[in-house]
Amino acid sequence: MSARQNARSYEDTTHLLGKIWVWGMGLVLMMFPAAVCVYYDAWPDATALLKGLLAIAPMYWAVGIIEVLTYVPMLGAGGSYLGFITGSLTMLKVPCTLAALDRAKVKSGTPEGEAVATIAIAVSSMVTLAIIFVGVLLIVPLSPILESPRLAPAFEQLLPALFGGLGVALIGRNWKIAIVPIALMVGLFIAVPSLAPSAAIFVPVAAGVAILAARIMYQKGWL
Amino acid sequence: MPKPFTVNDPFLFVVVGIILLLVLSQAVFFLVRSWRRALALGMEKSTLWKVVKTSAAFTVVPAISILIGVVALSRKLGLPLPWLRLSVIGAITYETPAAEAAARAVGTTIGDTATMLTAPQYSVIAWVMTLGIMAGVVFTPILAKKLIGGVQGLEKRDQKWGDIFMNALFMGMIAAFLGMIFGRVTEGLAGWIPVFVMLASALIMALVGLCIKLFKWEWLRDYALSLSMLGSMALAIPITNLVMGVAK
Repeated sequence: MSARQNARSYEDTTHLLGKIWVWGMGLVLMMFPAAVCVYYDAWPDATALLKGLLAIAPMYWAVGIIEVLTYVPMLGAGGSYLGFITGSLTMLKVPCTLAALDRAKVKSGTPEGEAVATIAIAVSSMVTLAIIFVGVLLIVPLSPILESPRLAPAFEQLLPALFGGLGVALIGRNWKIAIVPIALMVGLFIAVPSLAPSAAIFVPVAAGVAILAARIMYQKGWL
Repeated sequence: MPKPFTVNDPFLFVVVGIILLLVLSQAVFFLVRSWRRALALGMEKSTLWKVVKTSAAFTVVPAISILIGVVALSRKLGLPLPWLRLSVIGAITYETPAAEAAARAVGTTIGDTATMLTAPQYSVIAWVMTLGIMAGVVFTPILAKKLIGGVQGLEKRDQKWGDIFMNALFMGMIAAFLGMIFGRVTEGLAGWIPVFVMLASALIMALVGLCIKLFKWEWLRDYALSLSMLGSMALAIPITNLVMGVAK
C-alpha cells in the first residue's frame, strides 16, 4: 500500500472512529440528567426546561458552530473529536495545541501535525481530569486557598497571562500576518467595550480578516 | 416511592465517575492511536515526549482555574454536577451562566445557597446545562471531514499559501483574544490591568527565550509557556494592588 493510500485510510478511519466516539459520548453525557430523572423519579418541568434552554441555547449553539468552523482546521481530526468532548477549547486545548506544534516543530494540517495535536489534546484532557478529580477529593482543605481573595486577581487574569506568552511565541514569526487582525480587534474592542466578553464570537471575523490581508500580501509578494 | 435526594448523593458521584471513566478512555484511545501514528510517520520518541511535557505543564494552571469554577458552583449544585460539567465539553465561561439561567428558570439562583434544590429543580438544571452546549457534539462529526479536506486541498494546490492560510487562522484567534484584553481600557487605569498582565507575560516569555539562547537551556522550552503564564498571574496580584491603590 502506498504512503498516500495509507494516509487516506488512516484519515478515513479517524473520521469513522471519531463520529462513533463523539456521538456515543454525546449520548453518554445525557446519561447524567437521564439517571437523575429515573433514579429520583424527578422529571423536569417542561416550561422551566424550555425557559432555561431559551436563555442560553441560541447563544451557545451559535458559539459552538463557530468553534467547530474555526477550531477543527486548527486541531485536526483526532484532536477535534477529542477536544470537542473534553471542552475548554479556547483557554486550554487550542493554546495547548499551538504550543505543542511549536515545540515539535511541525505544521498544523500535516500528518505529523495531526498526530502531535491529538497527543497534546489527549494529554491535556487527562491532566485536566486528574487535577479536577484530586481537587474534588480535597475540596474541603483546598476551597479556602482557591477562593482566597488574595489569589483572586491572579485567576481573574488567566487569559491575558496565557495570550501574552503565546503571542510572543507565535506573533514574532508571523507578525506581517498578525498585524492587521490585531489592530482591528484591539480597535473594535476599545471602541465597543461591550463586545469584549463575546470575543469567541469574533474569532472567525478576525480569522477572515487575517486570511484576506494575508492573501493580498501574498499576491503582492510581501510574504 | 421516590428516593431521597441531595445534591451530593453518592449515587450522583457514581454516575459521574462512570461517565468520566468513559471520557478518560476516549482520551487514552486517541493518545495511543496518535502516538503509534506519529512513530509510523518517522517522528522521534523524544519529540513526542517533549509534546507530552509541554502539554502537561501548560495544562496545570488553566485546570486549577477550572477547579475554582467547580468549587464556586458546588455551593448550590453540590459537587457531582459541576465536577462532570467542567470536566467535559463546557468551559467556565459557559457553565456558570448556563447554571444561572437554569437556576432562574426553576425559581432560584446559584448565589442562593440557603435553600436546597429539589430533585425536579436539579433535573431541569442538569438537562439545561447538558443540552445547552451540544452544538460541538452534533456538528463536529458532520463538518470535520469537509473542513479538514478543504484545508488539505488548499495545501495541495499551493503549499506556501496553505501554510500562510493556517497561520492566518491561528493569528485570527490570537487577535480576537488580544483585542479582548484591551476591552476595558476606557474604564480608566483599572481597565489596563489585563494589558499590564499580558505585557508581563510577554516579557517573561521573552526572558525565558533569552535564557534558552544564552545558556543553552533547551529543557526550559517545555515549560516556557507555563512559566510565562504562572509568573504573570503571580505578578497580577501586586499589579492589581498597585493599580487599585493609584486609582483610588
